Amino acid sequence: MPLNIDWQQILLHLLNFVILATGLYLLLYKPVKAFIKKRQDEYADREEQTKAALDDAQSKRGEYEKKLSAAEDEITEKKRAAAEEIGAMRAEKLREAQTEAKDIVDGAKEKAREEHDKIIDGVGADIRDLVGDMARKVVMTSSVNEAYDSFLDAAEEEEKDGKD
Amino acid sequence: MSKIEKRTNKKKIAAVVIWIAVVAALIVGIVLTDPLYSSDESVSDAMEDAVLHEANKVDLFGMQVNPGLISAFVVTAIVLVAAAAVRIFAVPRFKRVPGKFQMLVEMSVGWFDRLAKTNSPHRNSFLGAYIYAAGVYIFVGTLFELIGIPVVATSGVSLSLPAPLSDINGAIMLGCLSYIVILSGGIAGNGLRGVGRTLKDFSLPISMSFRLFGALLSGLLVTELVYYYLALSFVLPVIVGVLFTLMHALIQTYVLVMLTALFYGEVSEPHIRPAKAKGAKVRHHKKETLVNEV
Repeated sequence: MPLNIDWQQILLHLLNFVILATGLYLLLYKPVKAFIKKRQDEYADREEQTKAALDDAQSKRGEYEKKLSAAEDEITEKKRAAAEEIGAMRAEKLREAQTEAKDIVDGAKEKAREEHDKIIDGVGADIRDLVGDMARKVVMTSSVNEAYDSFLDAAEEEEKDGKD
Repeated sequence: MSKIEKRTNKKKIAAVVIWIAVVAALIVGIVLTDPLYSSDESVSDAMEDAVLHEANKVDLFGMQVNPGLISAFVVTAIVLVAAAAVRIFAVPRFKRVPGKFQMLVEMSVGWFDRLAKTNSPHRNSFLGAYIYAAGVYIFVGTLFELIGIPVVATSGVSLSLPAPLSDINGAIMLGCLSYIVILSGGIAGNGLRGVGRTLKDFSLPISMSFRLFGALLSGLLVTELVYYYLALSFVLPVIVGVLFTLMHALIQTYVLVMLTALFYGEVSEPHIRPAKAKGAKVRHHKKETLVNEV
């Protein structure tokens, strides 16, 4: 053959290379590739887990923000309701206080009138008694005087009669 | 001048003196030994034998084979022993954060794997394993000639083992095997269409084989030429022998595995039917518009 090409030697080279390729594949290529793949899978898993955790955290954050916003709304609503309630209570109390005050004032007025009437009534009786006493005294005084005068008159007349 | 500076200067002077003495000794050696060297074969014979290996055959179990085949067996033995050692001692100790050696091993496997995946995205598991083996064989085989293991040829001449692929039989084997691998990719990916696609590049096995053979042989020839003359055997082999060998080991490894991966990816790529008349009409319209615009 030209150029010293020898088919037997080509086949020997081929046999040699097949042995080398098989050996390299089994001893180095396959285990190293498996190791690299395992590590890549591990990192991919971790990345996936991290991503999932991140997504979860994001969704939780969103949820909490929503909850926070809802809580703020609720607080505002409750504040408003409380303010309204306090306003109503205050108005009620005020109304009650006004009513009570009115009642007190009315009671006081009534009582004062009663006292007034009572005083007036008391004073009337006293006056009446006083007038009666005075009238009696007047009457008594006039009748005594008259009696005395009569007596004196009678005495005088008797004296006069006696003389006569 | 301080004591430290004085000591440094003395060291520098001593180094220069030693260097000059070594160079002078080498020159004297070259001059004295040159007339002693005599060779039975002329430089053209040496070159011819390096190419054809017709004269210097080696005995292998009674067969007369080229020294390149012996090199191939030795390289395979070295690589397999090294791979077994790595498999037994290093791979079980691999860590998640790699050390320097682990990184080297992972890089070598990862590089070929990535090359296969990049060039042949549809079908690459076998291709990756093949180009890894081929790449390691070419690289280690080419560097192997640096060791220069001596063997005695059947003619009685002592010669150093060349790179396995500088033997034309080795180069033809690898070139044709790569072509068969490409063909297998075509069949696996596209059936008969793949065969057609592969056969279209019928010159590929010849070009691949002879490119490899030529590249490796040129390295061998340069080395032979340099070593033929004893006067050139000093200093120069450091550049010619080591650097050139290292460089063309890398280049040839890259070229063969890249070509194999590229052609494999091309022939194994699934066939996509072209769009029908409507699409063609649109394309034609676009082309016309483009031509008009230009």
